Amino acid sequence: MKVLVAIKRVVDANVKVRVKADNSAVELANIKMAINPFCEIAIEEAIRLKEKGHASEVLVVSIGPDTCQEQLRTALALGADRALQIKAEDSPEPLAIAKLLKAVVDQEQPGLVILGKQSIDGDNNQTGQMLAALANMPQGTFASDVEIEGDSLQVTREIDGGLQKVSLKMPAVVTTDLRLNEPRYASLPNIMKAKRKPLETQTPEDLGIDISPRQTVLEVTPPPERAAGVKVGSVSELVEKLKNEAGVL
Amino acid sequence: MGNAILVVAEHDNSQLKGATLNTLQAAVELKAQGAGAIELLIAGQGSNAVVEQAAALPDVDRVLVADAGNLAHQLPEEVSSVVVNLLEGGDYGYLLAPATTNGKNLAPRVAALMDVAQVSDITEVVSADTFIRPIYAGNALAKVQSHDALKVVTVRTTAFAAVAETGGAVEATSVDAPAALGVSSFVGEELSVSERPELTSARIIISGGRGMQSGDNFPLLEAVADKIGAAVGASRAAVDSGFVSNDMQVGQTGKIVAPDLYIAVGISGAIQHLAGMKDSKVIVAINNDEEAPIFNVADFGLVADLFEALPELEKELG
Ligand SMILES: Cc1cc2nc3c(=O)[nH]c(=O)nc-3n(C[C@H](O)[C@H](O)[C@H](O)COP(=O)(O)OP(=O)(O)OC[C@H]3O[C@@H](n4cnc5c(N)ncnc54)[C@H](O)[C@@H]3O)c2cc1C
Ligand SMILES: Cc1cc2nc3c(=O)[nH]c(=O)nc-3n(C[C@H](O)[C@H](O)[C@H](O)COP(=O)(O)OP(=O)(O)OC[C@H]3O[C@@H](n4cnc5c(N)ncnc54)[C@H](O)[C@@H]3O)c2cc1C
Repeated sequence: MKVLVAIKRVVDANVKVRVKADNSAVELANIKMAINPFCEIAIEEAIRLKEKGHASEVLVVSIGPDTCQEQLRTALALGADRALQIKAEDSPEPLAIAKLLKAVVDQEQPGLVILGKQSIDGDNNQTGQMLAALANMPQGTFASDVEIEGDSLQVTREIDGGLQKVSLKMPAVVTTDLRLNEPRYASLPNIMKAKRKPLETQTPEDLGIDISPRQTVLEVTPPPERAAGVKVGSVSELVEKLKNEAGVL
Repeated sequence: MGNAILVVAEHDNSQLKGATLNTLQAAVELKAQGAGAIELLIAGQGSNAVVEQAAALPDVDRVLVADAGNLAHQLPEEVSSVVVNLLEGGDYGYLLAPATTNGKNLAPRVAALMDVAQVSDITEVVSADTFIRPIYAGNALAKVQSHDALKVVTVRTTAFAAVAETGGAVEATSVDAPAALGVSSFVGEELSVSERPELTSARIIISGGRGMQSGDNFPLLEAVADKIGAAVGASRAAVDSGFVSNDMQVGQTGKIVAPDLYIAVGISGAIQHLAGMKDSKVIVAINNDEEAPIFNVADFGLVADLFEALPELEKELG
């Protein structure tokens, strides 16, 4: 079984971004970029499935400008077998990404597609569900555990009330949550080896997909600042202030 | 495509959840901007009690009920067929769902089946086609205009007040539930049971982080919570370390909360945690590191060892 993993290049999780002065977007010049943390978890899960003998090949795909090849190389160093970049100027909207991934699914026929549950920049939490719909596959979103049993997939999902377990007929789509696994680091020899692994590129036109946007971002603004607070000297002062000053107790 | 608003209700077959009421408020605001009737869909099995609650909502123009065995657990593969059926046969300009794990699971699937984009997690309705949504862990707000005839939107429940629950008298109409797709099935669930209020609707929340050191110390927080009717939350570090269960995680990738009072105990205040609680009215931080970033957003900061401060706080609250 082939496993397809979709990964996104995003601003590093430790960076606090700033909005550009002209309110057009956030400032991304000279900012540290990384694989979206949920996508790292997706890669790790795919590699573990391969190590357990469930997967025969792990293919990673990223959609974006050539800079995303850096993240694809990292994925290869982590253990993916092949990489595919689909060239796009900006990051297209989730629907367009899902359509591109659907075209890759048609080409590659994976038994399982793993995505992050959300990217930490766009925070959309859409792409996996959209891909599942387009590919007519069941979806195991927000997964904290994945087990393969024959041709079905047992997925434990993190839901608002706790945990839910579903059984999906493969091929299926899984989106990762934080507790699914702890991603490994790439070793130096593997980083060297990754340079020789195949990295292919295609374009949306090659795949016959229209990625024109359906939405316009009119403006990006900073959130309201919280006014600076005060330090209190003791628990009793805290309780007094919450009761009398803030009126919340 | 017409202009009516289809809202997917959040419920567990026995109770209509508060998230539905907040989502309906966004629908009310869209109606004020020229959208059509507000229709509430209850997809489930044996959800009579939910239907009764829904029928009493004064802001709802129509209650639609899809009742079938394959909808019992609201699996998105099944519910999306019901919703697409309605959208294709009806006069809708909008599909709204709360940005709960249910809504997030369902709405994008429907959007893709309808070949439209989705606007996720809106915090404001600007006009009939324009919304505000936080991006980058809430460090920026995007004003997004949707050009699709059908607008699929998920609603951040903490950003909208709840609509009134009583005073209406709408009749419920039953709608078709297409045959089961059978590609997915429900196996089981482990739901957290607690006497305390739900995190996303609690008026007061007290959350613990890695500083709590172990799940065995969470009773210190719970004792305080019970004195003031608070819900108990946690940071990702506390969940990852196994102190408490995943449903307690507050943050960018957990639950978004905005109570009147949020008390962060032994939490450093990482970007991702702040994203989930910085819209709280009053924030208190208890941390023994006076440099902890949580103090930058706290209205009241107490630099103290939590193992001393918590028992004292419990006592002070009488
Ligand atoms: C005109 C325009 C303006 C934009 N302006 C902004 C802006 O101001 N701010 C902003 O944040 N974004 C902006 N975007 C970017 C865009 O909205 C998102 O980055 C994009 O929609 C993907 O959403 P997401 O990553 O949040 O999806 P999610 O659904 O959250 O992603 C979930 C998962 O999908 C997969 N995935 C997502 N994207 C890719 C990809 N490119 N390649 C491979 N896999 C992927 C990954 O597995 C990821 O974990 C703009 C886009 C357009 C077209
Ligand atoms: C993709 C991604 C998603 C994430 N999503 C979330 C999310 O949704 N929610 C979330 O919370 N985090 C999230 N995180 C994690 C986040 O970056 C931080 O790692 C996390 O919030 C830290 O938790 P913490 O504050 O409990 O732990 P720490 O940062 O370790 O802080 C512990 C604090 O406790 C204090 N302390 C220790 N002992 C005591 C004592 N005896 N008395 C008083 N204070 C004490 C310390 O001074 C310190 O400030 C995410 C990270 C990533 C990469």
